[in-house]
Amino acid sequence: MIPRPATGRRIVNLLVSVAASLAALSGIFILLWITLMLAYKGLPALNLGFFLNMPTPPMVPGGGLANAILGTLLLTVLATFMAVPIGLLSGICLGEFGQQSRLADFCRFTANVLTGMPSIIVGIFVYGLLVLTIGNFSGLAGAVALAIIMLPVVARTTEDMLRLVPDPLREAALAMGAPRWRVTLSIVFRAARTGIMTGILLGVARVSGETAPLLFTALNSPYMISSLFHPMPNLTVTIYNYAMSPYADWQQLAWGASLLITAAVLALNLLARFVFGEKKP
Amino acid sequence: MPQARDIASAIPGKAPAKIGADALFKWFTIIAALVVPIIMAGIFWELLSLSWLALKTFGWKFFISEAWNPVTQNFGAASSIFGTVVSTLIAMLLAVPMSIVIALFLVELAPPRISKVVGSLIELLAAIPSIIYGMWGLFVFAPFMATYVQPFLGQYLGFLPLFQGPPMGIGMLTAGIILAFMVLPFITAICRDVFALVPAVLKESGYGVGATTWEVTYKITIPYGVVGVLGGIFLGLGRALGETMAVTFVIGNSHRISASLFAPGNTIASALANEFAEATDPLFISSLIALGLVLFIFTFFVQVVSQLMLRRMYRGWSIKV
Repeated sequence: MIPRPATGRRIVNLLVSVAASLAALSGIFILLWITLMLAYKGLPALNLGFFLNMPTPPMVPGGGLANAILGTLLLTVLATFMAVPIGLLSGICLGEFGQQSRLADFCRFTANVLTGMPSIIVGIFVYGLLVLTIGNFSGLAGAVALAIIMLPVVARTTEDMLRLVPDPLREAALAMGAPRWRVTLSIVFRAARTGIMTGILLGVARVSGETAPLLFTALNSPYMISSLFHPMPNLTVTIYNYAMSPYADWQQLAWGASLLITAAVLALNLLARFVFGEKKP
Repeated sequence: MPQARDIASAIPGKAPAKIGADALFKWFTIIAALVVPIIMAGIFWELLSLSWLALKTFGWKFFISEAWNPVTQNFGAASSIFGTVVSTLIAMLLAVPMSIVIALFLVELAPPRISKVVGSLIELLAAIPSIIYGMWGLFVFAPFMATYVQPFLGQYLGFLPLFQGPPMGIGMLTAGIILAFMVLPFITAICRDVFALVPAVLKESGYGVGATTWEVTYKITIPYGVVGVLGGIFLGLGRALGETMAVTFVIGNSHRISASLFAPGNTIASALANEFAEATDPLFISSLIALGLVLFIFTFFVQVVSQLMLRRMYRGWSIKV
């Protein structure tokens, strides 16, 4: 038997290896291109006035985004307070009680599908649910929309992390006479704490850069935050409005805001990745 | 765990109220878990009821009409559906092969330390907010396309109607390329898991008979994990269909169907983001939300297929997801 010549196959293999390395490099290249461009264009905008001043009309110097920065923080915190309790509880249902149940299986499946839903669809939903009912765009509606996007992320991570806790720990606590709810809340949760924190951080990171759902709910406002029932200033919609405007100084502020939001989101991601261990959600 | 509870209740001096607390706790978590399915049903109901006016006015013609005229109150979804499909197609054509070879690089070619760093960096691509891709796309990438890529394509492939027209930078092609980099990390992550989970014995037997790395990958690894790879592709597809802000910045927002990929267009999501603020008329708003309903149905089915495939893969390998 004559062996097949290996040269052609080796060349194909080499070509694929080179293509694979180039593809990986191009991904990294795009990441670097975006982040370096943000730093280059955004850093000049980030002065003290950017953080402390209110927005000004175009071409009036000294404008800042104090209201939008506060608004984004407030929206994210509110959304976190809404999504985390429900997310943790449903994570417990799926992970602790619903290993074999069909209902839990259905909930888990829907949570996965909701995670992949376009955020703009969630925006329309909350628009119909709250904005039309209340009668105007509001910060509350924005926070609810962000909470809906965050909820399945927290629920699924919590479930995954609870499952990693070994059963003997539960059995030991139950054998000591502890009721089920105490076993879950004070034993299993403590064991899964870092993993669950990672999930919450990733959820916060995901919603703090969201724009599309806010277009339908919180909208934007050039004024200071007055109440939860009025349009709420926020960074991402401000970026959209300012970037699309023809004014150079507004575009400059948009770059500054972009840098700020990206730095925050990437920092949250890196924190979740390195400080809270390597467990992937 | 009923036995444990019975034993607990049999201990003398144990307050029976604790058992009630347990049941209460369990029901509490079940109600919380039901919030997600209720939201899902609510989304469908809300979209249907808000778009009812447009669907009643235009009937099934809404889905095939290219019209989009707020002045004459005539709306159709065809151009938005077309743009969504074309931009997603471009993104998938670029992202799928790239993701597969990147996963190959991470699992089979790179030394573990490099693989870890490169893998983390690729995952960070998914963390960058959509609007940042939009900013970068509009102010950096679109001018780059207009100056270098589009004139080059026009010169050498200009005989195809796909690459004709003035190189404006913004348009279908630019949107598709940016989308590709946005969905790349999602597909790569799944492919990487799939490749890493293929039993080493299978790969080793391939290498044992003299196969190269690439031959092992496409004759053993990919066929073994094909359901998972397809699940990952559908996951990326769902993302690309609904991606909003990045596309809105660079696609040009024109309700016209054009053969050229250089021409501006629009997608369902970009039309919603771009026009919702100026829509005051009930029929206009309802038509926009009807577009949203179409997008919801598209992504819902893509997501369901993706989840079913991924579930089948992990179940087949007895990994619980």
